[in-house]
Amino acid sequence: MTLKANLKYNICWLILMVAGFYLMNTLILAGVIDSFLENMVVTIGINIMLAVGLNLIIGFAGQFSLGHAGFMAVGAYATAIIISKTPTAGALYLSIIVGVIIAIIAALIVGIPTLRLRGDYLAIATMGAAEIIRIIINNMKITNGPSGMFNIPQFATWPVVYIMVCVTTIIIVNFIHSRGGRAALAVREDEIAAESMGINIFKWKLAAFVLGAATAAVAGSMQASYLQTIAPNNFNIMESIAILIIVVLGGVGSITGSFVAAIILGVVDTALQNFGALRMVIYAVVLILIMIFKPSGIMGSTELSFKRLFNRKNKKVGAKS
Amino acid sequence: MTTLFQQLINGLSLGSIYALLALGYTMVYGIIKLINFAHGDIYMLGAFWGYYTINFWHFNFIFALLSAMVVCAAAGVIIEYFAYRPLRHAPRITALITAIGVSYFLENGMSYLYGADTRNFPQVIKQVNYNLWGVRVSNIQILILGTACLLMILLQLIIKKTKMGRAMRAVSVDPDAAELVGININRTISFTFALGSSMAGAAGVLIGLYYNSIDPLMGMTPGIKAFVAAVVGGIGSIPGASLGGFLIGILETAVQSVGLSAYKDAAVYLVLIIILLVLPAGIFGKNVKEKV
Repeated sequence: MTLKANLKYNICWLILMVAGFYLMNTLILAGVIDSFLENMVVTIGINIMLAVGLNLIIGFAGQFSLGHAGFMAVGAYATAIIISKTPTAGALYLSIIVGVIIAIIAALIVGIPTLRLRGDYLAIATMGAAEIIRIIINNMKITNGPSGMFNIPQFATWPVVYIMVCVTTIIIVNFIHSRGGRAALAVREDEIAAESMGINIFKWKLAAFVLGAATAAVAGSMQASYLQTIAPNNFNIMESIAILIIVVLGGVGSITGSFVAAIILGVVDTALQNFGALRMVIYAVVLILIMIFKPSGIMGSTELSFKRLFNRKNKKVGAKS
Repeated sequence: MTTLFQQLINGLSLGSIYALLALGYTMVYGIIKLINFAHGDIYMLGAFWGYYTINFWHFNFIFALLSAMVVCAAAGVIIEYFAYRPLRHAPRITALITAIGVSYFLENGMSYLYGADTRNFPQVIKQVNYNLWGVRVSNIQILILGTACLLMILLQLIIKKTKMGRAMRAVSVDPDAAELVGININRTISFTFALGSSMAGAAGVLIGLYYNSIDPLMGMTPGIKAFVAAVVGGIGSIPGASLGGFLIGILETAVQSVGLSAYKDAAVYLVLIIILLVLPAGIFGKNVKEKV
């Protein structure tokens, strides 16, 4: 029933995804997108994965996590270690799965005790946990310590990243629209009311947290294999904050917003490359101004929805006839 | 036994810097519930002010410290006026991102204007080491500890005894009710930022003297650690912030002294998580019961 009812909209999304893929492909073949711009596009894709995952935790489950970079590091190092040892494309997919599993275990270890905390206390505890992950990686032999790993084989080309962005987004959006997602929304709105309606608040908080961590691990894998070098310092608090900035700038609780903000920030970042040292100063001023004049983010909490577009069109047609 | 006391002294001097910074975090958080990420950079501004005034205007130490406090207080008030005041009623996460923006602005603005390289802080006070029963104490350590304690007592007096301090406590309990009884909220919040930032400025000059090197990104890590200290002590509580600062300082030097210096930050965060799990509101924090 629901499958049939939503078929039209799902096909629209599918067409959009395939069209996006072919647009990228033609632009690269036509030489419009050179390797410099391709780098920008892939970075945007990785940031989208990270931001969508964090938006699930912060925007939909209402849990303020500042430890996203820690889970990203887990995925990145899993991929880096595995595909450095066995450089095949199959190993990349295996390493993504391994990274996701380790990230899920890490998220359970971090989440089970800390998700009892609230608000800023949770933020600071998850930040601490992510820093602990980073410091452990920093001191291990297999990860090559603080100098990081380099010459990682590049199997994650842009089509792989593109497909991964689509897959992780579909999984997260489906979770949000499922029973579990509605439970998480209820937890965000009011924990006590949700609990009194028989929702296991801890279970759904943890589910959102773990799912977000798993997608962060996928993004980490992509980054390790695309950029070919990683170091523990790439995954410090500043990285977590950079992801948080995308989420808040796009609008907390809007997946579309995370996409828009990741794209805008990626383009702005590339455009500001020529400014050298002034780059971050301009970036900071832009950030402050956007926050002051648009406190709820670019998209607020609205989403791009084909359902709404169609309904609006139908209404207009109905009004005319 | 001597090593124990030696580490205790080292830990206390580092801890007093964290405590001074944590006070600013805790006061600002107590009054407007904002994690002021730019606070660590105010501390950097203080250190740079000390560097320039001592090197080029030949200020003596006391004068450099006091002027750094005044300048940092002004910087704190200006930041609050332009960046945080327009967001007084916005979602808290928005204000947090703005604070991060201000932090980026200060860090990169300073790097742009003065270069990102590390500088040597002028040794305005000649280091003298005293030997007390086998424990080596330098006059700079005594100075840091003394100044920090003096400032903390002064702060406690301002908050407990003056009219403005009473207004601050009132606004932190209930801003609406405070406004009803005639308290000027904006002025009170500005005053809080001035107080907190002046503490950070003092900490900046003191750390310059202690570690002898400053750079534009120096505020990042101590800022986060000081916030951890404030949370450990119970955010919003003044004695909690001082205690948390000393605790973190002592813990860090203790982990370092047993040869695990690579894990000193991990130990700080681990203790933070454990304390939060046992006491969800920190050591001195009030546990607010949620009512339906």
